[in-house]
Amino acid sequence: MSASTGGGGASPHAPPQIRRRVEAGLARRYGRERRFRACGLLSVVFGVLFLGFLVFTIVRNGYSAFRQAELRLDLQLDSVTLGLGDRPDAGALAGADYQAVVKAAMGRMFPEVTERRERRDLGALVSASSAFLLRDRVLAEPDLVGRSVSLWLPADDAVDLLLKGHVGRSRDSGGKLTTAQLAWLDRLVAEGRAALRFNTAFFSNGDSREPELAGIWGATKGSFFMLLVTLALSFPLGVAAAIYLEEFAPRNRWIDFLEVNINNLAAVPSIVFGLLGLAVFIDFLGLPRSSSLVGGLVLALMTLPVVIIASRAAIKAVPPSVREAALGIGASPMQTVFHHVLPLALPGMLTGAVIGMARALGESAPLLMIGMVAFIVDIPATPLDPATALPVQIYLWADSPERAFMERTSAAILVLLGFLLVMNITAVWLRSRFERRW
Amino acid sequence: MELATGSTTAAEGSATVPSTGSGTCQTVGNIHARDPVITVRGCNVHYGETHALKDVSLDIGRNEVVALIGPSGCGKSTFIRCLNRMNDTIEGTRITGEFRLDGQDIYARDMDVVMLRARVGMVFQKPNPFPKSIYENVAYGPRIHGLAGSRRELDDIVYGSLERAGLLDEVRQRLDEPGTGLSGGQQQRLCIARAIAVSPEVILMDEPCSALDPIATARIEDLIDEISRNYAIAIVTHSMQQAARVSQRVAYFHLGTLVEVGATDRIFTNPSHRLTEDYVTGRFG
Repeated sequence: MSASTGGGGASPHAPPQIRRRVEAGLARRYGRERRFRACGLLSVVFGVLFLGFLVFTIVRNGYSAFRQAELRLDLQLDSVTLGLGDRPDAGALAGADYQAVVKAAMGRMFPEVTERRERRDLGALVSASSAFLLRDRVLAEPDLVGRSVSLWLPADDAVDLLLKGHVGRSRDSGGKLTTAQLAWLDRLVAEGRAALRFNTAFFSNGDSREPELAGIWGATKGSFFMLLVTLALSFPLGVAAAIYLEEFAPRNRWIDFLEVNINNLAAVPSIVFGLLGLAVFIDFLGLPRSSSLVGGLVLALMTLPVVIIASRAAIKAVPPSVREAALGIGASPMQTVFHHVLPLALPGMLTGAVIGMARALGESAPLLMIGMVAFIVDIPATPLDPATALPVQIYLWADSPERAFMERTSAAILVLLGFLLVMNITAVWLRSRFERRW
Repeated sequence: MELATGSTTAAEGSATVPSTGSGTCQTVGNIHARDPVITVRGCNVHYGETHALKDVSLDIGRNEVVALIGPSGCGKSTFIRCLNRMNDTIEGTRITGEFRLDGQDIYARDMDVVMLRARVGMVFQKPNPFPKSIYENVAYGPRIHGLAGSRRELDDIVYGSLERAGLLDEVRQRLDEPGTGLSGGQQQRLCIARAIAVSPEVILMDEPCSALDPIATARIEDLIDEISRNYAIAIVTHSMQQAARVSQRVAYFHLGTLVEVGATDRIFTNPSHRLTEDYVTGRFG
């Protein structure tokens, strides 16, 4: 081979100037490669930094919501203070004056406080919700009446913020307690009667106007019902549509048109699906407003294109040789699909479905349209009950003026992120567990 | 012997569209088999704009091995894929001509494709066992066709098929292991076992050894020789040595036409057509 004809290869017989030219080019090529790699690394670092910053801020703002300032009160549930007769029925128990019992318990701890105004300030250290909690407790165990119990009850959110160090003691640093209240609180802390305890209410309650009572259980259950409806609808429908389009549909202009539309649907802003749900499911079909059923239906519409696209990709990835083998032995097209193609495509389909579900879990805009943004205290028992969802709950709390809702917003975000993480790990696990090599 | 059969138009009453070919094609040699199980007359195949097969007529006889040879793209694979209607799955394919299996029109409206493929089995170029166990690979066909009434019968079919495919002794201890874990040659024999498990009349082989090493190839060739006593076999091959070793008749395809058909020893020693001679002597192709 004559080296003089080309600069392609730097063979040992090539004239020196050609070899030099190749070497110069080499340096340039390697340089380009290094720069490209550096760019890639830089973007990854940026991504990780942003993610770290996000998670760090949320954790820093939210971790304190998992604890709640509580006061231990020695409550005397005598029928006189409760304002009950001799033989109280359930109705009388529900209407009894529990506020008086709580106030009396506080008063006994600080007998020196006598003035009416001061007594009110003292009572304000306990959350206004304590009376409701006490009522629920007594309704569950009616024989508590006439006995003394020692209970941890939530403190007012001003106490909560102070004990967590979110605000200072003085009014200038955001504190809301009077000098007298601070002194009483210090004594309670010294006696071990005021402490930060694990916030069970946050995980077991529905929404509330009182931050110390507000919890995410209602929203979690609403989200759970919604995802159930979404999964039950979008996965079978999406897989069936994908199988039909991929394996059975004739290749013509209509199918092409359909494909373009499905791909478009995947990119439609989610709030549009909310409007559609409002018009179709609530106005036309008359399904209950604010219910997780309607939320699930809307999210199913939104997730469907994602599931279809992922499932089609999974089916496309099954090698044609498997289909040929099955057809060649006399399997019908349906047997070929269900015995051979589907088992191989299923991991990919499941991954797509889980990712679609994760997206649905984080969606709030379409739910605003169908009334799931309402203030709902009751925990939904069925998908037909009014409910809210985790992202909507976050939106609601982020809008609340109380300082104590800020940390709860972050805590709810943490819980939502936790669910998303679990779902995405499930997707990875499903893939590695069921993916078969061929 | 030198009888040339040109275009035989499709029989009236068959569901296929009558041949639209030019009808000028001349095949040298005798396309007839002594005891034909498959007869093809005037086969034309179009893939979209491409005219892949032009007026091909050929018989495949019982208990004989017909080798289809010719340069790449000459239509050999297309031809055998017409015989079990595997081309049906390819979009934009038009097939005309007369295809009969035991006198039955393969492309008739009432011909059940599932039944047809049970009678005309196929082995592909690349070994394609299912990603299931060895046992399941062989049992799948009998199971979907309902050939076995009981687990015992199914076992008998599976063991018998593996035995006839010469694979049983190698895999007896690991029937539960995935078929994809076998070596290439074993996989191909597994595919042959899978094909014969449904007791077909004809087995079509599309370059079954092209992905195998010489030793595995030799084993497959012995196997073809062995099973040709019970089945009619049409084998597409690029290896003329293989065609010479396994077949009784050879059909030489060239650019979509069937140029010459004849007994294997005559084709390789004394071809009648220039093109055939050029190909078998290695001057071309």
